[in-house]
Amino acid sequence: MSVTSLPARGPSVKAFNAHLAWRKTVNVVMLSLTGVCALIAVSALFFILGYLVYHGGRDVNWDFFTKLPTPVGESGGGMANAIVGSGKVLLLAALIGVPIGLLGGIYLAEFGGATVPFIVRYTADLLNGVPSIVIGIFAYAVAVMPVHHFSTLAGGFALGIMMIPIVLRSTEEYLHGVPRSMREASMALGASKWRTILSVVLPAASSAIMTAILLALARVAGETAPLLFTAFGNRFWSPGWKQPIATLPVMIYTYAVGPYDDWHRQAWAAGLVLLALVLLINIIVRAIMSRGMSAQRS
Amino acid sequence: MATTPTTAESAGLAFGPRTLLRRLSSGDEIARLVTLVFALLTIVITGALVYQLWVLSALSRHAFGWKFFVTQDWDPVFNKFGALPFIYGTLVTSAVGLLVAVPLGLGAAIFLAELAPPRLSNALAFLIDLLAAVPSVIYGLLGVFILVPLMRTEVQPALKHSLGFLPLFQGPAYGIGFLTAGLVLAIMIVPFIISVSREVLLAVPNDQREAALGLGATRWEATWKTVVPYARTGIMGSIFLALARALGETMAVTMVIGNNPRISASLLGPGYSIASVLANEFTEATGNLYLSALIELGLVLFALTFVLNGMARLLILLTTQRGSGMGQV
Repeated sequence: MSVTSLPARGPSVKAFNAHLAWRKTVNVVMLSLTGVCALIAVSALFFILGYLVYHGGRDVNWDFFTKLPTPVGESGGGMANAIVGSGKVLLLAALIGVPIGLLGGIYLAEFGGATVPFIVRYTADLLNGVPSIVIGIFAYAVAVMPVHHFSTLAGGFALGIMMIPIVLRSTEEYLHGVPRSMREASMALGASKWRTILSVVLPAASSAIMTAILLALARVAGETAPLLFTAFGNRFWSPGWKQPIATLPVMIYTYAVGPYDDWHRQAWAAGLVLLALVLLINIIVRAIMSRGMSAQRS
Repeated sequence: MATTPTTAESAGLAFGPRTLLRRLSSGDEIARLVTLVFALLTIVITGALVYQLWVLSALSRHAFGWKFFVTQDWDPVFNKFGALPFIYGTLVTSAVGLLVAVPLGLGAAIFLAELAPPRLSNALAFLIDLLAAVPSVIYGLLGVFILVPLMRTEVQPALKHSLGFLPLFQGPAYGIGFLTAGLVLAIMIVPFIISVSREVLLAVPNDQREAALGLGATRWEATWKTVVPYARTGIMGSIFLALARALGETMAVTMVIGNNPRISASLLGPGYSIASVLANEFTEATGNLYLSALIELGLVLFALTFVLNGMARLLILLTTQRGSGMGQV
């Protein structure tokens, strides 16, 4: 038996070993490939940062922050009006997005039944997925067409709408994270529900909600498409709220597709400033959030 | 025993019936109503958005009907508008973007979820999240000044040289065009695929992995034949989410696609997408029909992303509910 079966088993063992070696090779190759994928994805961030610092670093100077754009053909100048403009538009956006998102989020987390919160949640997710350029069309239809001119207000309105779903959903999530026992303690002391929410639940979640609002602001700060036909752009200061206004992202776009070298340099500088701002907010906020989470756990 | 009903009764008497007036005076009902109004505002605004798109595109919808989607003339001077070149451009660039981004993103997600030690995985995931936060106009800036010259002088000539027999890679190398726009999109949507897929993969129960490894599977076989199929629907969801973003992406695509309303089989040719034509022509649209046609394009874009987002959320919900509980995506 064994004598006859051994030669027969020989090749199959060999085949088995060859197959095993093949499987091990595939294993090593594919696993390293996934590592390469991760490396490529992460290095994209450093490429972006590196290129912006390399091309824009020299032109981020005092003039950039304090001067108006110069007329075409003259070198120098800065983007002071666009920086202030972005600030004004973001302020308006916060005035629209934060109250609606915050109070709506409180309703979802504290008062909600079954049907209304479901519909609100679904609509918020839907609104969150609407392409920003379509939000721009809507803001154009509501805030530009009736008055026949572009304005700061219209730009702030467009960005404010984009903030609503982000603030709403994160407020709801963080309020759900507040322990039930805190609510019960407050109610047991005789506080009414709204008193409990105002004095106990909201303060407990306030830092998390603040960070969410900051993240939402950081996200809309870089939005260009909805501002193209709402805030439009302006090469000068824009006093008040009813005139077209320059913003950093739109400036970057206009300068990058323009034909002048000087514009391109300024576009790089503005890109560096915008990216630094957005990344800084993100890093600080996420650092605070992760520390808060580990503190809660311990 | 007997005292229980009496206390409840007396309590009921003390506070009286909870009439609307009483609830209002305690403040709770007011708070509920105020917050409800703000919550409903979300629905009102979204409804108004759909309504405006629908009403303002009426002119174009009546003038062209379904023909709008199959004709390719885009001639504002003669008031002839067909959406086909833009729909084509949007679909082609998104397809190129997905072709590159899905393998890359899935590979990176597998590395982060299955191989990397938790500390490294979290650090890398943090960087990926930062990548997702980079504004799209910055991608456009880098696309115009870094990627386009590179494509023109290196990549596209090389593609023509090696794969030029395919109609996909013929024609002059402009640097701009479908391929470049698709590549920029790929870089932009990779972070979304990675972070959602990673969470979905992390939600796969450990006994799945252990069972496969226990049967003698290699690490890769356990991942590819057990873990990934288990998380399949969630991964599909992340891809749909990424696709929805790619379809609606405006600035980066506008800056590198070439802005030419033309359907060409070659990926090297310049094209146009729905979002880019909106960005470029909306402020210059003279005449009501022109504006209405552009708004109808916006409506098409809205409908596309609406359907995709709906499917994506459903798929992600299905997987994550089956796996361990995790936060909403």
